[in-house]
Amino acid sequence: MADEAAAIQLDGVGRAYGERFALRDVSVSVPSGATLGVLGPNGAGKSTLLALLATLVRPHTGVARILGHPLPREGWAVRGRIGFIGHEPLLYRQLSGRENLRYHARLHGVELRRVEALLERVGIAVRADEPVRTLARGMAHRLEVCRAVLHEPELLLLDEPLAHLDPAAVEAVEPLIGRSTRLTRVVTGHDPTAAVADCDLVLGLRDGRAVLSGPAGDVTPAHLGALYR
Amino acid sequence: MRAASALLRKDILLELRSRESVPAMALFALTAFVIFHFGLDRSSLAGSLAAGVLWVTLLLAGVLGINRLFVAEREQGGLDGFLLAPVDRVALLVAKALALLAFLAAVELVAVPAFALLLLGPPVWPALPQLIAVLVLADVGIAVVGTLVSALSVQTAARDLIGPLISLPLMIPLLIAATGATTPLLLAGGAAPLPLRWMAILGLYDAVFALLAYAVFDFLVED
Repeated sequence: MADEAAAIQLDGVGRAYGERFALRDVSVSVPSGATLGVLGPNGAGKSTLLALLATLVRPHTGVARILGHPLPREGWAVRGRIGFIGHEPLLYRQLSGRENLRYHARLHGVELRRVEALLERVGIAVRADEPVRTLARGMAHRLEVCRAVLHEPELLLLDEPLAHLDPAAVEAVEPLIGRSTRLTRVVTGHDPTAAVADCDLVLGLRDGRAVLSGPAGDVTPAHLGALYR
Repeated sequence: MRAASALLRKDILLELRSRESVPAMALFALTAFVIFHFGLDRSSLAGSLAAGVLWVTLLLAGVLGINRLFVAEREQGGLDGFLLAPVDRVALLVAKALALLAFLAAVELVAVPAFALLLLGPPVWPALPQLIAVLVLADVGIAVVGTLVSALSVQTAARDLIGPLISLPLMIPLLIAATGATTPLLLAGGAAPLPLRWMAILGLYDAVFALLAYAVFDFLVED
């Protein structure tokens, strides 16, 4: 039964690339303000799930509702309300960090002073005029966090959001993408224990199928061991 | 308009930084003129031969730009970044076509004087306003078709092959009309009036492909 109030509602969702199903019959419901941790070994379908929730790829089977809107039919209604961090930083390497963020601010109709405020908050303002290609991966990742939250999204889709970040950077980005934001979040990570500790709900994927689903408090080390075995 | 202007501004900035398209297109055009100069073994050209050489060169130079048009969007995640924004997908079509139009204009600022200097017999100056009108109409067609084809080919692994294979046959009518409109302007005995029939065909070509691009562009860029 679909929960109309849920921020994310997936019922039997599947997605194929050619003959291969990257996601198969995945169902999950995420209440508004909750954090869903998506776990699983490499190639389990985590990134495809995030791309599907971000409206970048269409579901081929099942029903997906994001922020109350069915996908893909009403994808246009949720795009500006989603903050997405994927595998790639979605930044142009020849442009500076400031130019990249200003470009995205214009696309989203955000005032440019928000760009400056974010650059200050993540501690990269002094290097914001350097081309992204010259920045270390961690610095580029801070910019990526700024890009994802520039338009103050209601839903955060975060694929390994703390990868490449040093402890100071993790502390700097926490108020923007961390649990303290109280936003609905879907987070993937390669440290299952840390991910479970940071989540309200857990979805374990293996070969595109949901093999573990429920409250994070119910997940035991044995569950995690079985998921990654 | 806001999104199209942001995209166009970003594309121009990227080209100014990377200099990947316009210098290569201009250099190709200059090299082609030198090759025609020696290949045809003529000290000067006029009429339909001059018009043909000019337009074949500009068209092939345009294909180089078409091949590069969406590369940054694909390789650096720009397309996903755009698709995540709450804007009409047509903004991308408009911005990319305008960017390609700007690149073609920049190339022609170098290529047309070089053509006049290296190959053209009759002076180009008396017919320059009419020639500019032909260039603008033909460039709009190249930009629209090029954007459409580039958006399609960039999704494939063999984009460098697919781009020319699709765009060149589609632009044959444009080549015929542009050459037909340019020939009277480059006659050895002096420029004749601009043939409005060919200009109308160029305008019709632009309109048809602009409508087609508007209708299918969403399907090309979205999953």
